[in-house]
Amino acid sequence: MEYVIEMRNIRKEFGNFVANDNITLQLKKGEIHALLGENGAGKSTLMNVLFGLYQPEGGEIFVRGEKVNITDPNVANDLGIGMVHQHFMLVENFSVTENIILGSEPTKFGITNKKDAAKKVQALSEQYGLNVDPYAIIEDISVGMQQRVEILKTLYRGAEILIFDEPTASLTPQEIIELIQIMKRLIAEGKSIILITHKLKEIMDVSDRVTVIRKGQGIGTVTTSETSPNDLASLMVGRQVTFKTVKGPANPNGEVLDIKDLVVEDYRKIEKIKRLNLNVRKGEIVGIAGIDGNGQSELIEAITGLRKVKSGTVKINGKDVTNFKPRKVTESGVGHIPQDRHRHGLVLDFPIGHNIALQTYYTQPISKNGIIDYKKIDKKAKEIIEAYDVRTQGAHEPARALSGGNQQKAIIGREVDRDPDLLIAALPTRGLDVGAIEFIHSRLIEQRDNGKAVLLLSFELDEVMNVSDRIAVIYDGQIVDIVLPEETTEQQLGLLMAGQSLDEDGSNKVSLSKEGEDQHVE
Amino acid sequence: MSNRVTNILVPIVSVILGLIVGAIIMLVSGFSPIDGYIALWNGIFGDAYTIGETIRQITPYILAGLAVAFAFRSGLFNIGVEGQLIVGWFAAAYVGLVFEDLPKIIHLPLSLIAAMLAGALWGFVPGLLKAKFRVHEVIVTIMMNYIALHVTNALIKTVSDGGDRTERIFSSASLRSEFLANLTDFSRLHYGILIALIMVGVMWFLLEKTTLGYELKAVGFNQNASEYAGMNVNKNIILAMVISGMFAGLAGAMEALGTFEYISSKGGFTGIGFDGIAVALLGMNTPLGVIFGATLFGSLKYGALNMPNAAGIPLEIVEIVIAVIIFFVASGYIIRLLLQRMASKKGAK
Repeated sequence: MEYVIEMRNIRKEFGNFVANDNITLQLKKGEIHALLGENGAGKSTLMNVLFGLYQPEGGEIFVRGEKVNITDPNVANDLGIGMVHQHFMLVENFSVTENIILGSEPTKFGITNKKDAAKKVQALSEQYGLNVDPYAIIEDISVGMQQRVEILKTLYRGAEILIFDEPTASLTPQEIIELIQIMKRLIAEGKSIILITHKLKEIMDVSDRVTVIRKGQGIGTVTTSETSPNDLASLMVGRQVTFKTVKGPANPNGEVLDIKDLVVEDYRKIEKIKRLNLNVRKGEIVGIAGIDGNGQSELIEAITGLRKVKSGTVKINGKDVTNFKPRKVTESGVGHIPQDRHRHGLVLDFPIGHNIALQTYYTQPISKNGIIDYKKIDKKAKEIIEAYDVRTQGAHEPARALSGGNQQKAIIGREVDRDPDLLIAALPTRGLDVGAIEFIHSRLIEQRDNGKAVLLLSFELDEVMNVSDRIAVIYDGQIVDIVLPEETTEQQLGLLMAGQSLDEDGSNKVSLSKEGEDQHVE
Repeated sequence: MSNRVTNILVPIVSVILGLIVGAIIMLVSGFSPIDGYIALWNGIFGDAYTIGETIRQITPYILAGLAVAFAFRSGLFNIGVEGQLIVGWFAAAYVGLVFEDLPKIIHLPLSLIAAMLAGALWGFVPGLLKAKFRVHEVIVTIMMNYIALHVTNALIKTVSDGGDRTERIFSSASLRSEFLANLTDFSRLHYGILIALIMVGVMWFLLEKTTLGYELKAVGFNQNASEYAGMNVNKNIILAMVISGMFAGLAGAMEALGTFEYISSKGGFTGIGFDGIAVALLGMNTPLGVIFGATLFGSLKYGALNMPNAAGIPLEIVEIVIAVIIFFVASGYIIRLLLQRMASKKGAK
């Protein structure tokens, strides 16, 4: 059997660190081949070897049966290998066509010929059902559309083999469905796809075969139809993984967070939070469910002092902290795992140890009279690195060098270690693999069981349903309903998030739910 | 090749390459590079006098380099060191000459503090504008340089009754000492070098040991995360510029209280503040690195003055040669790459 791409026994080292050890990947023509592994398992390294960004220390690569030496990305391009990067490589204020031709601009008498290029882009877009307007400006179009521009870019350059690097990480559920259709269309047109991901659901949905990597080692290739998410997860992590979060019943008592009639504006003076009320008690996890952009970020920023409150009150343990500075809020007993760990959660150029001290660097015993004892920082960092299983070469490694999951574990360690009365976790598992997600969920539940209040913001319905004790549905800047996860289906939750109500006219649509049982939602 | 060996080899190879290219330039222009470099060497290390003068030249470079490096570490680009240095120079000279009969123990520190305050004020303005209105500090500091230049020229005129230089400062404010002068064959070497070295320690301590330094660095790297962690971002931006300005003001005081003991009207900038940018970058913005950068800059600049006299090479060619040497040192990265490539080729064979 001849493969379009065959990578045999690839080995890649960085100094003493072996990122890829004896990995074999065989891509058949016209298949979607998933490459599965935890964060930092070596998936991206392997693909960078294929794309010519890294030179392997061992192993061979065959393209369409011929041994090749991919010395740089141009060689990969010529071989018909295209990569759709996780972080899009697009010029924001250029048009779609301008982005696609960037680097290989077609010219007529020395002048860029955009018109012909746009026609070609249009034709490709129609052929693959991508529905992209060649003249749209990148910053005006949605993330999903931007990704299609990236796909078009590879097709325009004649790619036969497309590598998708975590393509669903930043997409909405609807966009994910569309992407899957596009991938199937590409296959139908004779392309072959390598899909890098750690989302098992996607693999089960689209892929034909799966190659699993664990800690840089090739574990093997399985046929998707002959495996299950459970098997894949254990292959990937190397142990059994529980998907259902285990937790006992909540014993809530006493209010910790109390929000009354909160109004928050964005920078354009448009109200993003409109007289919102919410409370979180000791010993419970309240999940905020909602479609992105309904005021979730503003709500959390208002509580933590990062955004000004226009009116209304925020109380923590009965104390009014409305419009307190972030540090005063923190000192009132709030821990905050921020939504964007690179923007807010970490100083990426600082060592991971410094980052672990980000909230406590000015307090005793770490510092005294304005003098920091860095030995104490290192000691604390070591404790947290150990307790939270942060995989790093040590407290002095820059935070930037850690994988996303380990960065997040460090942040969670930092926030939970201060033992806050209220822990706000905003998208705590975004972009993480199952092992890390499991770990983080159990930590949140542990906080709850220790009698702390937890406010969880998530766009993943599974997560909200599994982890929360109560679910507050946010829509258009207000909490429209509070439901209990055990009495609600995902479909019902979806309707609430879309602004529908369940009691009257909503009940029709609710009966779409699998069980078809009676709805009794408060 | 181990990292350590590369780290030592890179600067050595850089300097040698710079010297070779400089030699070619002299050859092409019809001058003897051997004579030229002997003159350069003698200009730096020739005798006690030149050594004293070289150290004197290095002193303000250290402080200007610290000023730039400190701002860089806080995420700010202080191009205004030149202006801060000029106002510091004037303030120190002014305090040095208006107070008569003060004991040295009060007069000298007072003059130094005046220079620091003047520099701090000149740093405060761009810091405030950046913090409050997000005006880019590069624009403001460049303009502040011109304001400094012309305001001090006007003030010099006022202070000296229409003249173009002030009177000499009182010896109670002077950094000069007979001891150092005797030691170095009556060069203008003064105690400022000690102040500069102390300030190297001060900067290291501020950045590496204090919560203030931690905050300044954090704000420099990521303002959002700093705000999230409860730091006052605006306060830190202003403070970074003020402290940077203090270092620059002290550099001016070196000229006012040590080298010249007066200030004269200037037709243009001194250049020390601008060279401070290169000094800081050569030193990778670390306090110890700044000493290295300033030493290289100061000795080459001072030693080069000997080349026209002793080897008959025109000043223009000399400046090109010096620039080439510094260019190669600054291109350490390229040299590092070359060394690594050579090493890996060897390894492959």
